[in-house]
Amino acid sequence: MTRLSGWGRFPVVEGFERLSPDLGAACRGVSLTRGLGRSYGDASLPSCVGGEVAATRLGNCILAFDRERGVLRAEAGFTLEELDAIGRPAGWVSPVCPGTSQVTLGGMVACDVHGKNHHRRGTFGEHVTSLRMLVADGRVLEVSPTEEPELFAATLGGMGLTGHLLEVEVQLERVNSPWIAAEQEIASDLEDLVLRLRQASQTWPYTTAWVNALARGRGMGQGVVTKGRWAEPERSPRGNPPRLRRMGVPVECPGWVLGPVSMRAFNAGFYAAHKFKRQRRVMHPDRFFYPLDVLRNWNRMYGRQGLIQYQCVIPMDAEDGVAPITRFFETLIGCGGGSLLTVLKDCGPAGTGMMSFPRPGVSVALDLPMRGRSTQALVDALNRSVLAEGGRIYLAKDALTRAEDFHAMEPRLEGWNAVRRRWDPEGTLKSALSVRLLGDEA
Amino acid sequence: MKAVLLGATNGLGRALAQEMASRGAQLCLLGRNLQALEKSAKDLEIRGAGGSVATVPCDLLNRECFDRALQDADAALEGFDTVVVTAGVFGTQDELEADLERASDLLMTNFTNTVMFCELARKQLLKRGGGTLCVFSSVAGDRGRKPAVLYGATKAGISHYMEGLDHRYHEEGLSAVLVKPGFVKTSMTAGMKPSLFAAEPASVARTVLNAIHKGKPVVYVPGVWSLVMLVIRWLPRFVMRRVGF
Ligand SMILES: NC(=O)c1ccc[n+]([C@@H]2O[C@H](COP(=O)([O-])OP(=O)(O)OC[C@H]3O[C@@H](n4cnc5c(N)ncnc54)[C@H](OP(=O)(O)O)[C@@H]3O)[C@@H](O)[C@H]2O)c1
Repeated sequence: MTRLSGWGRFPVVEGFERLSPDLGAACRGVSLTRGLGRSYGDASLPSCVGGEVAATRLGNCILAFDRERGVLRAEAGFTLEELDAIGRPAGWVSPVCPGTSQVTLGGMVACDVHGKNHHRRGTFGEHVTSLRMLVADGRVLEVSPTEEPELFAATLGGMGLTGHLLEVEVQLERVNSPWIAAEQEIASDLEDLVLRLRQASQTWPYTTAWVNALARGRGMGQGVVTKGRWAEPERSPRGNPPRLRRMGVPVECPGWVLGPVSMRAFNAGFYAAHKFKRQRRVMHPDRFFYPLDVLRNWNRMYGRQGLIQYQCVIPMDAEDGVAPITRFFETLIGCGGGSLLTVLKDCGPAGTGMMSFPRPGVSVALDLPMRGRSTQALVDALNRSVLAEGGRIYLAKDALTRAEDFHAMEPRLEGWNAVRRRWDPEGTLKSALSVRLLGDEA
Repeated sequence: MKAVLLGATNGLGRALAQEMASRGAQLCLLGRNLQALEKSAKDLEIRGAGGSVATVPCDLLNRECFDRALQDADAALEGFDTVVVTAGVFGTQDELEADLERASDLLMTNFTNTVMFCELARKQLLKRGGGTLCVFSSVAGDRGRKPAVLYGATKAGISHYMEGLDHRYHEEGLSAVLVKPGFVKTSMTAGMKPSLFAAEPASVARTVLNAIHKGKPVVYVPGVWSLVMLVIRWLPRFVMRRVGF
């Protein structure tokens, strides 16, 4: 048995992982298929101790790449890092990039990931043209917006619980240069930050904001808004972006390494640095999209107990001003929730995926060291606040939400469950997450 | 680079082939599963391999096919300059003691026939004035150990063979590259408890390809294993009799 966990390294479930380049064979008979295990919580873990899951990592063949139309089809274990390496020189990029390139196509579909351009391009699933799936009754099907559209919609963001993803076909985005032109601006408080973010999203395809988690009172929500677009070829460095050198965190660090002191130092330093930094530059796309990837295994810095990532979306439009997000931040600060990295992103309309996370409003992501009961209490409090605002949480990040809170947040659950049951009447597909939140039998 | 790979339908061999393809190498794949070979070839072509990637049937358990396979590969590449053997099988000592047929197949695959294959490849390379022969052994071949007596013995044999080739033919232009991986997460090790320093195939592939380019005779991957094995090689017998690894 191996210790299996998500990126947050909490929880850990002892189980078995099947690894084969023949995905069709590997996935047959197991209750779940996982990719690189980059969801944070328990989404990719077996439903019980000793359970067996398949991993797609060795099934990473490209099956077809039409360089004229930009349509790529690959096995589910093909990674975004590989896609970048092949697509960029040909002038094609993934239409949606999450915060790391260490994810598989299968994982991107199952979590229906979004990126800094959600307000423009929606989630990854909006660009998926077809899927090949092994469904619970043993058939292998082609599933797309026109073939089995209901299963397709239930699978985008369906956390791998509607069938095993074997192949993914996606429409890539054409770019003239693989480099990014980025700008940053400082925001003095939460209102300023959200307004700047909204404003930026009118003209920039990629926007996001980092919040100084230390600032209290009038300065609450101060931070840095980052904007980016694909650079013009004449402003880009010559050639393709090189593979970046990565440093590793070789061992698990003691828990205090990312304790309150370093958290303060980091946030203060980050804010101060940006006050004086050059505001406008052409960047390596990896540094723009995946800044943390340069530190391999950075999750080890959170020590044995691991980390929790919490991400929610607070519904908000221009008429609401910034009151809803302000209330959420007040709850966060009231609970003493210290986050090393706090990231805000304005979301556009919801898409096809029946259980996809984003919806119009502002999404907030927090990195929290796992500290047992106090972290559970914090997540409970945040969930109450999200519930009161009519928002919802992102399952790819979640490890601690209670089933009752999740059900209260998700009026969509019933409809999705009905589709799920139609395709898997015996409930063979399940995960640690589905046991915790959906009431599946372990 | 014009490389022939035996065992590139899975694990370390496939990762190495993908890395080579991304740098534009011309490739020819040898293996026993034709469907898997075709799929890998297509993938490598899209990743940037030079020209079309040829596939040739070759089963390590069947010595008769080696000569033909290498000739076909040579024709497809119009003269190869590199041969890589990652094909191999694993069995725990318990499994092999319980199944002699399997033990015999493992000894045949990992040692006798791998050497027979390499002998032909080596001759072909030397005929043209040299080239690279890269074979995957294992850290398991550095010391006889309780859990891997037979598997370890085949790998020790391969390590010795490659060292001998290096001594004997280096002058004539043969670059013999011996790779000793530690624990790598592939199908071969699926189900086993990952050891310390467990690595992913892609990062191993990058290290190995650099070693091939530099003509390093021995490569431990990840690199820390050279230190670990230095210690293990010097552990006295009474310790090795005691410990479980
Ligand atoms: N993984 C590790 O931790 C590790 C550690 C130390 C050393 N090694 C060594 O590194 C090498 C590669 O290991 P791996 O983990 O990549 O193994 P793997 O994933 O099991 O791949 C083995 C490859 O060898 C091929 N093969 C096996 N028997 C064959 C035969 N009779 N004829 C032709 N091809 C055959 C397989 O082809 P099919 O697809 O047809 O089966 C497959 O492509 C092996 O020599 C292994 O001993 C591995």
